[in-house]
Amino acid sequence: MKRRAIRSEPLFFERNPRRVQRQGYMLPALDVPEVEPTEVLPPELVREPDPDFPDISEMEVVQHFHRLSQLNYAVDEGLYPLGSCTMKYNPRLNEVTARYPGLAGIHPLQPESQVQGALRLIWELEEALKTITGMPGVTLQPAAGAHGELTGILMIRKALEARGDVRQVVLVPDSAHGTNPATAVFAGYRAVEIPSGHDGTVDLEALDRMMDETVAAVMLTVPNTLGLFEHRITEISKLVHDRGGFVYMDGANFNSFVGRALPGLMGADAMHINLHKTFSTPHGGGGPGAGPVTVSEALIPHLPVPRVTRDGDTFSLLWDDPKSIGPMRGFYGNFLILVRALTYIQSLGADGLRAMSDVAVLYANLVRHRLKGAYHLKYDAPSMHEVVFDDSVQTRHEVHNTDIAKRLLDYGFHPPTMSFPLIVHGALMIEPAESVDPEEVEAFCDAMLAIARECETDPNLVKSAPHDTPVKRVDEVRAARNLKVRWVPEESP
Amino acid sequence: MHPWIGAGDEDRRRILAELGLDSIDELFSSIPAEVCVDRLPMDDGRAENAVRSELQSMALANLSPECVPSFLGAGVYRHVSPSVVDSVLSRAEFFTSYTPYQPEISQGTLQVIFEFQTLMTRLTELEVANASLYDGATALVEAVLFSHRVLRGKRNTAVVAETIHPMYRQVLNTYADSAGIEVVTVPPGPDGRLDPDRVREAAEEPCCVAVQSPNFLGIVEDLPGLAKATQASGALAVQVVTEAASLGLLAGGGRFGFDVVCGEAQSFGVAPGFGGPHLGFFACSEKHIRQMPGRLVGESVDEEGSRAFCLTLSTREQHIRRAKATSNICTNQGLMALAATVWLESIGGHGLRRLAMSCLARTEELKRRIVEIGAPWQLAYPTSPTFNEFLLVGPGTGPELVERLANEGVLAGVPSALWDGSWPDGIVTAVTECNSAEDLDAFVCALKRVS
Amino acid sequence: MNVPADLKYGRTHEWARVEGDLVVVGISHYAQDQLGEVVYVEVPDVGFDATAAEELGTLESVKAVSEYNSPVNGEVIEVNERLEDEPNLVNEDPYGEGWLAKIKGSIEGCDLLEAAAYAAMIEAESA
Repeated sequence: MKRRAIRSEPLFFERNPRRVQRQGYMLPALDVPEVEPTEVLPPELVREPDPDFPDISEMEVVQHFHRLSQLNYAVDEGLYPLGSCTMKYNPRLNEVTARYPGLAGIHPLQPESQVQGALRLIWELEEALKTITGMPGVTLQPAAGAHGELTGILMIRKALEARGDVRQVVLVPDSAHGTNPATAVFAGYRAVEIPSGHDGTVDLEALDRMMDETVAAVMLTVPNTLGLFEHRITEISKLVHDRGGFVYMDGANFNSFVGRALPGLMGADAMHINLHKTFSTPHGGGGPGAGPVTVSEALIPHLPVPRVTRDGDTFSLLWDDPKSIGPMRGFYGNFLILVRALTYIQSLGADGLRAMSDVAVLYANLVRHRLKGAYHLKYDAPSMHEVVFDDSVQTRHEVHNTDIAKRLLDYGFHPPTMSFPLIVHGALMIEPAESVDPEEVEAFCDAMLAIARECETDPNLVKSAPHDTPVKRVDEVRAARNLKVRWVPEESP
Repeated sequence: MHPWIGAGDEDRRRILAELGLDSIDELFSSIPAEVCVDRLPMDDGRAENAVRSELQSMALANLSPECVPSFLGAGVYRHVSPSVVDSVLSRAEFFTSYTPYQPEISQGTLQVIFEFQTLMTRLTELEVANASLYDGATALVEAVLFSHRVLRGKRNTAVVAETIHPMYRQVLNTYADSAGIEVVTVPPGPDGRLDPDRVREAAEEPCCVAVQSPNFLGIVEDLPGLAKATQASGALAVQVVTEAASLGLLAGGGRFGFDVVCGEAQSFGVAPGFGGPHLGFFACSEKHIRQMPGRLVGESVDEEGSRAFCLTLSTREQHIRRAKATSNICTNQGLMALAATVWLESIGGHGLRRLAMSCLARTEELKRRIVEIGAPWQLAYPTSPTFNEFLLVGPGTGPELVERLANEGVLAGVPSALWDGSWPDGIVTAVTECNSAEDLDAFVCALKRVS
Repeated sequence: MNVPADLKYGRTHEWARVEGDLVVVGISHYAQDQLGEVVYVEVPDVGFDATAAEELGTLESVKAVSEYNSPVNGEVIEVNERLEDEPNLVNEDPYGEGWLAKIKGSIEGCDLLEAAAYAAMIEAESA
């Protein structure tokens, strides 16, 4: 059988070009009298004509999205070693529980007596996250990691205000993810960079100089974006606390030490947890995620509302609290993502969560061990769950990290992260995650080694990659210079 | 060992041997001992059936609105959900992929977002729409911050209609303070509608005027008049939409000169899900594209000249601009944008119109029958135009009435007094195409019994 | 790298050319090469009061946004409107059609380098 190779798919708007009436879905029959809109609504507000897009049949819809799906790479296809993104397996059980009608179908403003199960679920996940982090408070509201960061920094701001202490600066290491400085500025602070020391962790002397009474918080990623653990973390926290500041911990890389160490013991005042990284909820092609924030005693009064409270076996919502920073979004969080995370946590349990981190770190070190002769390692400290190489060996042959990435596509693997950390030029940040089999990790290493050889023997092969993908390299300059961000029919440009 | 962990015990030993290590603990030697624990104080892992029944018991402890006539709205609506939508959402090629930073192997996701952007520009009648935001409430926040940026930070007051969903306004207050923006609220007139003159007088030089239509009370606002009043002050006009299905019948704010139309598109195929994940959207005019928050997909070509899509204008975003980004948003609601795209493409252009007409007809029918019942039940704003939601007052406070009607087997709506506002204490009742004539009968019967 | 001898250069890679009482400003060949293909140019408003060594506008490539500074003090009299549709001029003709702004001011007393010194600086930077 010859399988049709799907390389492209027309846009929805190009379907049904004659714009004839077809039906993609049968609506419930109209069993009440019809109403002429202009008789009950101001006529100038009524849309005329109908929304301008085609009607197509159900099978056309299904085929359209089936074909589009074939143009995507996905976790289910093979290793997806994006450093810091933690592309682990998305368990199918999560998808089952999140679709229970009693969870997916309920309205957030039903009377509390009708949603006791949902409130209990939130409460249980809160308890689990408190246990896992060793921190006494938590909010599940934030919709994503960056949103969690903002929530945490706003709580810190509120706590400082409550003691009449107005500060202006948030310190962020130069290795940090871009959301950290963006968050600090969004929360009304100035972001100031702390240089990394020669070993890739925070330069403690520099921090000592910079940490003064203007500094509200220090944002630290643990382990940092180089995959290195801040081994002086307790000293750092003490220094920051002694001078009246708070420690914000970016938990994007929490998956490397779950069950082995507690952020609460490290002196963190707030830490967001990307449920879509550490706790297996799907990335969905760019969300939805969830970024709960665990907090220290000092920040508990300032947690967002509404909050779930418990009295015996009855759960309620607290909507108002003058000390709270207020709500960070609508309702109580990305609830159906929370359902998935609780499913995952209950399935793995204490032993499984620890094993998860163990294998994540083991795999990263296997990659490091196998590739370190072929690719340059800027920081030679022990790696946790990810390892950061650079392309300095390959640039001698004028091959850059982006070329290596594109060549990996030909080998059937997703490339590593390259856009950061900014302090490593030409970075290749590799995070295998624990869920794949070891043979897959080894096959990835073999592909990376083969590419390293190609860089020497046939650099043009790498530089002109990919050769075997649905589309070739996309002209991003043209996309930005000649902006086309919606479909417009050709006859009416 | 666990099914979701790829390496078994022997695999681990083999890899450790290759690394020249005796124990896995050696890999964690950079973590100081004083922060370590031996094990977490929680249960060990459990089998699938045990977890299933635990989660199912929580699900069954809730009353699913599918099972009773439900008229709950106030920002979250129950609309038809074609089976196709969840079937597409369950495709691993979509739900297990990452943000499409590698266009060569992400054309599926990229084209879906491009289609979503196009759909939203058509519905809002504006030129550009982004790939999504967290939800409607944060979309309002982004719109206010966007206006502040467009006017180069010189105007620090935002005028906001009190009839924007009160929860959205609360969320705005959380953010406004740290952004140095003062929020001025304008109450509605006695008919529940916003008076353009009061908007004009609300502030000297606001950065924006934000209104919701249909508003929190279900009432359709005078968008042309409000746009004019806003433009006279040099501010940006922002329309918030919480019931996106209304756009099937009502013109998008872009037509009347609104600079931003944003809000919540949960109505387009996204489950109520106890409040999330939902789907924030944001559309604006092209001249402001560089100030727009969130991701954007653009059309281009590949090396061989074939049409191809990629993320564009990424330089506005945090991963490149860091402290100077337009927003700190990173992960957004990609899969929900897919849901909305599948939903809209299933329903179709004419279908969306018919769906909205159905909402309107059922709402008008229910309003008519409530007027027929008469005292003690009445419509709070009987002469104001509504789409599919209205405020109902009766013999008691909103929470009491909701509870008494629930005892009669009807989820009648959301108590308006859940939030402070200059509106009567009653029930915000929403009617959609999912409410059959029998549902309306049940509602009317329940009202008659509660009086 | 092309470093015309008749121009003066800022340490952040802008050039300045005196034309009567105006100073024409652009970015150097080296700077555009480092940026890569420019996709958007943000020019200052006419009338903007520019300060030497402070931000005048931004240049956007696919991968980065970079600020460019004013080499001199003075009021912006004219900006290069063509760049709105043709940002590629900055890459293709950085010393000619790709100019950015004209400022009413003088280079006297500004910390600018002669061509030879600038060429030596970029030589050192790229080594």
